[in-house]
Amino acid sequence: MATLSRNAEEADTLSKTIRIGAGSAWWGDRVEPAIVNAERGDLDYLCFETMAEATISAAQVRARRDPTFPGYDTYLDDRMRGVLPHCLRRGTKIVTNQGWINPDGAAQRIVHWLREFGAKGVKVAAVNGSLITDRVLSLTDTILENGKPTSTLAPSLVSAEVYLGAEPIAEALRNGAHIVVTGRVADPSIFMAPMMVEFGWDPLDHARLGAGNGLGHLIECGAQVTGGYFSDPGFKDVPDPWNLAFPIVEVESDGSAVVTKGAGTVGEVNLMTVKEQLLYEVHDPANYITPDVVVDFTTARLEQVGPDRVKVTHIGGKPRTPTLKVSIGCTEGFIGEDMFFYAGPGALRRAQLAKRILEERFKIVKLDAEEVRIDFLGLNAIHGAMSPKDQPEPYEIAVRVAARTRTKEEAIKVGREVDGMAVSGVGHTGKRVPHQDRTREIIGVWSSLVPRDRIVPSINYFES
Amino acid sequence: MRVKLQHVAHTRSGDKGNTSNISVIAYDPDLYPLLKEQLTAERFHRHYAGTVDGPVLRYEVDGLAALNFVAHGALGGGVSRSLCLDNYGKSLSAAILGFELEVPDTLRDKLRNYPAGA
Repeated sequence: MATLSRNAEEADTLSKTIRIGAGSAWWGDRVEPAIVNAERGDLDYLCFETMAEATISAAQVRARRDPTFPGYDTYLDDRMRGVLPHCLRRGTKIVTNQGWINPDGAAQRIVHWLREFGAKGVKVAAVNGSLITDRVLSLTDTILENGKPTSTLAPSLVSAEVYLGAEPIAEALRNGAHIVVTGRVADPSIFMAPMMVEFGWDPLDHARLGAGNGLGHLIECGAQVTGGYFSDPGFKDVPDPWNLAFPIVEVESDGSAVVTKGAGTVGEVNLMTVKEQLLYEVHDPANYITPDVVVDFTTARLEQVGPDRVKVTHIGGKPRTPTLKVSIGCTEGFIGEDMFFYAGPGALRRAQLAKRILEERFKIVKLDAEEVRIDFLGLNAIHGAMSPKDQPEPYEIAVRVAARTRTKEEAIKVGREVDGMAVSGVGHTGKRVPHQDRTREIIGVWSSLVPRDRIVPSINYFES
Repeated sequence: MRVKLQHVAHTRSGDKGNTSNISVIAYDPDLYPLLKEQLTAERFHRHYAGTVDGPVLRYEVDGLAALNFVAHGALGGGVSRSLCLDNYGKSLSAAILGFELEVPDTLRDKLRNYPAGA
């Protein structure tokens, strides 16, 4: 694998542009747009974000039950098999958080694939240190969501992990790693670390880091900035939305950039897609807190400079906070859930009677639930109480019932009572025979803060 | 004339814990003052009555001609605890498209797809 970045031959590094592409926005994302980016994106870096908030705690639960679960992204093989040959040919470096609860294991698996592809001497770094399950209660005081002491979570604690920033990734890259795999890292940091390395940005240069983190935020959600999660027919149309590309950002040393996608690929990058993504999952747009910097999106200037090319400048930055965010996963009981159907004239009246029957049945079997919902799909199941009351009666309607309980035994009652409806319920009840467990364990996620200086990431290096 | 927000702005929602953020972005910067004036945090909250517990905060991003609403207590306890079918609240951004605004006739040309579906 070449170690040169795209324009490294230029003596003046300040004048170079680096191309960073997205490879995934979450664990379940499509794989082929990452391969397209690796193959045709002319990338210096390909970066993967694979976690939702509860991914790590779910992985911990699975690891406890399934000794064969390796603890890293279950699609690691699919992704690496697809992109590695192209990245090796092009010299594209990879940064990924597919390590989940086992970054070392993921790095070793990547080494396996490198050897399969005949690549020798390629360095893979594993960034550890985000998992602090065993010491979270001594490092934290207060649960941010409710102000209670974190010690109250002790009996149900499954996992705790700190959101690390870009610094350990940058260190690994500076030490010659071609591929960096991490556990929990703030999503934008995965994409910004290469900018810090290539442009020599200081970890305390909050102006540039604000811009860099903002750009990371713009492409971390993959196709959401290239026309994904965007189409609204007649209002916002995207051509061929079944084949969307993942984004590429062309970054300059001052943190200005063009958000775009590979030549000849499908999708849409325009002022609307960029604005929607810019505010996505942001609360105060002037103070978007990340481990590296506090980003100010309110100063940003956007300009369409060509087809599928939006220039982004003036994203601001403020000094980073003295604390890092911790995500704490806890077991919190179970959800039991099931669904059945009505159609034809009077479907809604029958659904309403079915709801009444279930409510009475839950009293008879003494269902001990913290919350029960019985919704009518097609009427009020999505927007709940705010759904219009004067809709025409739907021809089809699904009744969906869900309950949150402390124990699995109680959650099982939901499905058992729905089963009874098949023969002792309302006329013309439609029902799928369940082929899977209709209960699931809840991993509740809480947040807290830990002093930055108490967290020291460590990096292990492997070589193919 | 009264028009649905659908013709004035596009929207997207995101989730963090039990909080949903819903951005409302004017199709045309000339329409943005109408949003600022008429789509207050209070009216937004009233529109979502029964679905968003609150409070609701509103942030103005003039440079993008956008408002960002932060709706607390919108996700039934958060993604993993929620009994809502749409536990991420991804569809919540569609609900505000039905909010009605008063738009002066002079801005008719700035509206998206008017009068189709209005």
